[in-house]
Amino acid sequence: MAEYIIETPKGKWEVICGLEIHCQIISKSKIFSGASTEFGDDVNENVSFVDAGMPGMLPTLNMECVHQAIKTGLGLNAIINKYSEFSRKNYFYADLPQGYQITQFQYPIVGEGFIDIDLEDGSSKRIRIERMHIEQDAGKSIHDLDPHKSFIDLNRAGVGLMEIVTKPDFRSPEEAGAFLRKLRSIVRYLGTCDGNMDEGAMRCDVNVSVRPYGSDELRTRCEMKNVNSVKFVMQAIEAETRRHIETYESGGEICQETRQFDPLTSSTKAMRKKEFAQDYRYFPEPDLPPLVLDDAFINKIKEEMIELPDAKKSRFINKLGLTSYDAMVICENKEVADFFEKAAEGHDAKKIANWLMGDFFAMLNRKNLTIADSPVSAENLGKLVELISKDVISGKIAKDVFEIMADTSEDPEKIVEERGLKQVTDTSAIESIIDTVLTANPDNVASYKAGKGNLIGWFVGQVMKQSQGKANPGLVNKLLKEKLDQ
Amino acid sequence: MAVDNETVRKVAFLSRLRVEPEKLEETKQEFNKILSWVEELNEVDTDNVKPLVSVNDESLTMREDVVNAGQMSEAILQNAPAQEFGYFVVPKVVE
Repeated sequence: MAEYIIETPKGKWEVICGLEIHCQIISKSKIFSGASTEFGDDVNENVSFVDAGMPGMLPTLNMECVHQAIKTGLGLNAIINKYSEFSRKNYFYADLPQGYQITQFQYPIVGEGFIDIDLEDGSSKRIRIERMHIEQDAGKSIHDLDPHKSFIDLNRAGVGLMEIVTKPDFRSPEEAGAFLRKLRSIVRYLGTCDGNMDEGAMRCDVNVSVRPYGSDELRTRCEMKNVNSVKFVMQAIEAETRRHIETYESGGEICQETRQFDPLTSSTKAMRKKEFAQDYRYFPEPDLPPLVLDDAFINKIKEEMIELPDAKKSRFINKLGLTSYDAMVICENKEVADFFEKAAEGHDAKKIANWLMGDFFAMLNRKNLTIADSPVSAENLGKLVELISKDVISGKIAKDVFEIMADTSEDPEKIVEERGLKQVTDTSAIESIIDTVLTANPDNVASYKAGKGNLIGWFVGQVMKQSQGKANPGLVNKLLKEKLDQ
Repeated sequence: MAVDNETVRKVAFLSRLRVEPEKLEETKQEFNKILSWVEELNEVDTDNVKPLVSVNDESLTMREDVVNAGQMSEAILQNAPAQEFGYFVVPKVVE
């Protein structure tokens, strides 16, 4: 794997990075109340008295959130803890009406696990997961409506979150980016989080420190909170690494603090200097007894587990003959992988993959559609490739047929039949076209016979043109050579 | 264990309680009284006693994932010191 080493005139450095990712759990209702989790509803409409922190209201745990967390834990190859506890994390903020967040501290529901990430040079790396716990989300503050006021919407307050904490295993921005894409792919496969970073359904805190290359010391780290895209996470690591190195090399010190990444300037700035170190005064949540799970509950979820991207990818490589890169691209998104499999059923999988990643994706992009809305169905893409494989149409004609399919959603067999696009494989028909072309161009025939062998391409072009692209190019080539070399 | 004035100030800050400087000494003494009272518990032998997480010995009950609350922003906002456009309004909080 390509190492990420930052070299300056004064020395070589490496970066140590860990991530904390908050994933909003997909569930109909909130983790401790019966209010809806719907995004984008009217302000403060999805708020119950529990979410508003009204005195005397008691939380009740949503079984579905526990279910989703275990499913995600299994997807992270992690230990599921049959005993876990809820704790209170105390802090004051306007969008946290209770004055504390119900979370898990000492005893999280999911323990150590790992994800294997794929890197650009084709290598892979195992990133260890430290833990994953469940907790409630806070409300949303809007600061830019008024110079003196902040506006609070509690619709998000109490939505279930899974917080995934990695070990400090990242050594480059690329690795962190690959991890986030892989994690997003896994939770989307599982249907436990929709993974949209721009809507805040997945949010990332980035911890960065640096050290002289080759040393094993651990230096002070800084945390950048709520970085909201994969690209920005990578840029934030780069910017923060640069800042640390510059600070150390000019004789300064890094102090542990929370910083914010500004995508406009591609730099980080300190968020606040704390009077005291954060003091959350965690203690066991008195309103919720410990969460004790039995084997039957966990085993039932194990049975629900579906094939995840890594397993699918190796199956596509080993059983269907895809290249590692093609399999990775196709498996990142479950809808794409399912579409591919359906299209490839009974056909040449490698060719289906080429069409999918070439003309098909280009068409979706051009029409600004997702695969679910594709005008070309999986079956029809399979049929199109079959028509080429069986020499019914040429690859060139196939591109035209595909464009018609994209516009009309029609069956390619019907298009080829109705528009008379079938390839001419009848030898006598092609021979008669060749004869016409040769008779009409005696000069070029003479030149060819005199040694200008590369004129063959020109002859093929003429014959193809006369046949309106329908002649089988291989056959044309063969017959032309036979005639010219007589 | 005894606390000093600095600790009292810190606890008050974390709890967002105002303790006037002239009340600091008195509050510190109250804290220390409570702490020394609790410290008596240290005399109890707790070897072989499992840590108590909750005085409620019940196991956790869970609910089905059903939407059965909400859609009552008026009631939710009723006690808000200030509201506008359906939002709670608070003095500007910027980090």
